[in-house]
Amino acid sequence: MGVNVDLTTVWAFIIAFAVFAYVVMDGFDLGIGILFPTIEAGVERDRAMNSIAPVWDGNETWLVLGGGGLFAAFPFAYAVLMPATYPLIIAMLLGLVFRGVAFEFRWRDPAHRPWWDAAFCGGSLVAAMAQGMVLGAILQGIEVEGRAYAGSWWDWLTPYTLLTGLGTIAGYALLGACWLVWKTTGKCQDHAYRMAIKGAIITLVLMAGISLYNLFLFEQYRERWLEMPNILFASQVPLLTAIIAYFLFRSLVKRWEVWPFVLSLTLFLLGMAGLGVTIWPYVVPATVTIWDAAAPERSQVFMLIGVGITMPFILAYTAWAYWVFRGKVGEEGYH
Amino acid sequence: MRPRMAGAIRCGWLPEPRLPLRPRGRETGATLFPFPETFGYEAPAMFEAADALLLARIQFAFTVSFHFIFPAFSIGLASYLAVLEGLWLWTGKERYLDLFRYWLKIFAIAFAMGVVSGIVMSYQFGTNWSVFSDIAGPVIGPLMAYEVLTAFFLEAGFLGVMLFGMNKVGPRLHFAATCMVAIGTFISAFWILSVNSWMHTPTGHIMGENGQFLPGESWVDIIFNPSFPYRLVHTVIAAYLTTAFVVGAVGAWHLLRDRTNKHARTMFSMAMWMAAIVAPVQIFVGDLHGLNTMEHQPAKVMAMEGHYESHPQGNAPLYLFGIPNDEEQRLDYAVGIPGLSSLILNHSLTAPLDGLDSVPDNEQPPVGIVFWSFRIMVAMGLAMLGIGLWSLLARVRGKLYDWSWLHRAALIMGPAGFVAVIAGWVTTEVGRQPYVVYGLLRTADAVSPLDAPAVGASLLSFILVYTAVFGVGIWYILRLMHRLPQPHEPTVAEHEAGPIRTAGITPGAQHARRSTVRRD
Repeated sequence: MGVNVDLTTVWAFIIAFAVFAYVVMDGFDLGIGILFPTIEAGVERDRAMNSIAPVWDGNETWLVLGGGGLFAAFPFAYAVLMPATYPLIIAMLLGLVFRGVAFEFRWRDPAHRPWWDAAFCGGSLVAAMAQGMVLGAILQGIEVEGRAYAGSWWDWLTPYTLLTGLGTIAGYALLGACWLVWKTTGKCQDHAYRMAIKGAIITLVLMAGISLYNLFLFEQYRERWLEMPNILFASQVPLLTAIIAYFLFRSLVKRWEVWPFVLSLTLFLLGMAGLGVTIWPYVVPATVTIWDAAAPERSQVFMLIGVGITMPFILAYTAWAYWVFRGKVGEEGYH
Repeated sequence: MRPRMAGAIRCGWLPEPRLPLRPRGRETGATLFPFPETFGYEAPAMFEAADALLLARIQFAFTVSFHFIFPAFSIGLASYLAVLEGLWLWTGKERYLDLFRYWLKIFAIAFAMGVVSGIVMSYQFGTNWSVFSDIAGPVIGPLMAYEVLTAFFLEAGFLGVMLFGMNKVGPRLHFAATCMVAIGTFISAFWILSVNSWMHTPTGHIMGENGQFLPGESWVDIIFNPSFPYRLVHTVIAAYLTTAFVVGAVGAWHLLRDRTNKHARTMFSMAMWMAAIVAPVQIFVGDLHGLNTMEHQPAKVMAMEGHYESHPQGNAPLYLFGIPNDEEQRLDYAVGIPGLSSLILNHSLTAPLDGLDSVPDNEQPPVGIVFWSFRIMVAMGLAMLGIGLWSLLARVRGKLYDWSWLHRAALIMGPAGFVAVIAGWVTTEVGRQPYVVYGLLRTADAVSPLDAPAVGASLLSFILVYTAVFGVGIWYILRLMHRLPQPHEPTVAEHEAGPIRTAGITPGAQHARRSTVRRD
């Protein structure tokens, strides 16, 4: 297929950007859901919820762009990955249903608020776990025959995917806690600081575990990380991660309000970069490259025009929406 | 619903039907997690009879029907809210602001349910229809990406400000946000209906060597395919009518309890204007859409009409009733008006009209469903027209708020729009069977290589979760509708022990804040 190399690469980066935007933005929403049971019912929970109520819908839209973009730019990959991770995707979608409606329902029905709080937490947990496991299922490889998934129902369920699932839960909880540190004050913030430290420890341990596990999955992964000269470039990622981790803990202990959130975002960015180094240029490891899976040039160009025109506006009004609701929740309140 | 498999044309570029996938656990259990096995082979007996294709189709029909209820309502409601807020800014009458806040709370719930059920749809293509996604992705994928970029972000980005931002940004900027959300719902309809229409009347594509549909010279030919303009106008008007009848029913409900209530009167009057003006327009547009369908998908119209037999001399009857009998290829117990169908479809009594006897059996849609869903839709449309005319009569006589039988009828007609919309979609979607891309890709060839128990289990979870969650959500909406709109209607956030109060602001402070907003 006469696919333009550069265009396909550009699209791979656009999808990666959408996934990253989703992971960090809905990551802190889901993280607050995951932490919800540890937050005191009443004012504290209401504040935590209020801090994300105006933005969660926009954050979730990045998931649609990630999925829709994959469908449009890499239809073959989409057609393989979805059946391969079928139960995970369904679980994620149902989790997001419970999580999403809880935002409205808990205010409409004070008598059953504990139920909707449970739905909010359960939905967030299931969605986070499923997303992490999808990532793991892709990284550990998928059996493909012709143009279709050829594995079995349970290929996605391994110790490795469980590890990536738990890592995602921990990472989201860290993001959520750091967001609350930024957006709240007083008791709620104190609690968030404590949860962020715990979240950071668990996240880093699991990140390290997953990174080591990766080395045993595919020959390519080992070559990328351990052999000269690759190691010279690749080793920068864990080094930077260690530095960021140090400052993250320092910011949490010293209570530098905004910094924990910024630093945990950076941690996610590094994790994403590490994954990129590991898997590039495959969509399905060792089987399907981005060029195998790419849509024809004409589709890619057409969409690229759309992205080029709309993305600046999307980023601008998204930033504006965040700006409108800036500041601490407790002090400002939402109207 | 099950398409006829016998004699299905298998296009050369499509993969041969695969042997059912077997969980590998039995042979190579070691590579898998130790416990599962129970889910695969020992599947519940209920799934064994049905096949994965049928279950995937039921799943799509179920999730999309449930989903569409919410956009059908929120497309219209977003525009209604923009009108209410605009009227408030223009006239300064508080009544419009109260109504705006009243319906905004309902909108928030409906929109949230639309969003979460919509995300499910964007993944249904890949999970259950992966072969379709692979083959049609290069053509329809970009259109759906445009929907996300130009519509979903717009709606979601401004929704937060629309729901919670009035006192943060001021009334004018807030009105702009409301308009953005309303425009976003329309843009969303534009793209997704373009995709759907392309699947009905595919144009502008070429066939790739690997069996994919690829975009041809011009995207305009793909986007503005022949059935798109009709389907877009028909669907958007349907959404407006649906909302109008919901608003009308709520107004009528409150008028029945207190016919002097000003808020209820305004709601009811606005809704009845919509019914009187838009219902006839919709019937006219529906007729044009039907003629367009006859040109491009004649078998669908034959099924809608119940015309198994051709009428070479014209004079084809319009069947009002009958029991379609696919086996015998005839309409049992038919009751019809001679010649009327020829007049409607051909605008001539004598022009020949083909029937399903001109279409091979394996190319025919299931007539029973299409025949009846079409009649339900038309009946609803005529009933809406009736309410519209009745309200005009009442208005002319100055009795719009006094005729309680009109109010009762409007109350009963509250869900009519939803019934019509779902029936209409069933007509058009079942009517294009056995194809998913009309004339080019059969539904049976588009399904994912999944086993029936997997699709069955996910279908069951969707049914359980949707029924529970959306059932409760609809109940909350009905409860909000049951309340009378108040002067100084609380905002989304203020309602009950809503976010604002619990966010540390006392009710007194709220009131002071609110009064800074222009309320003259």
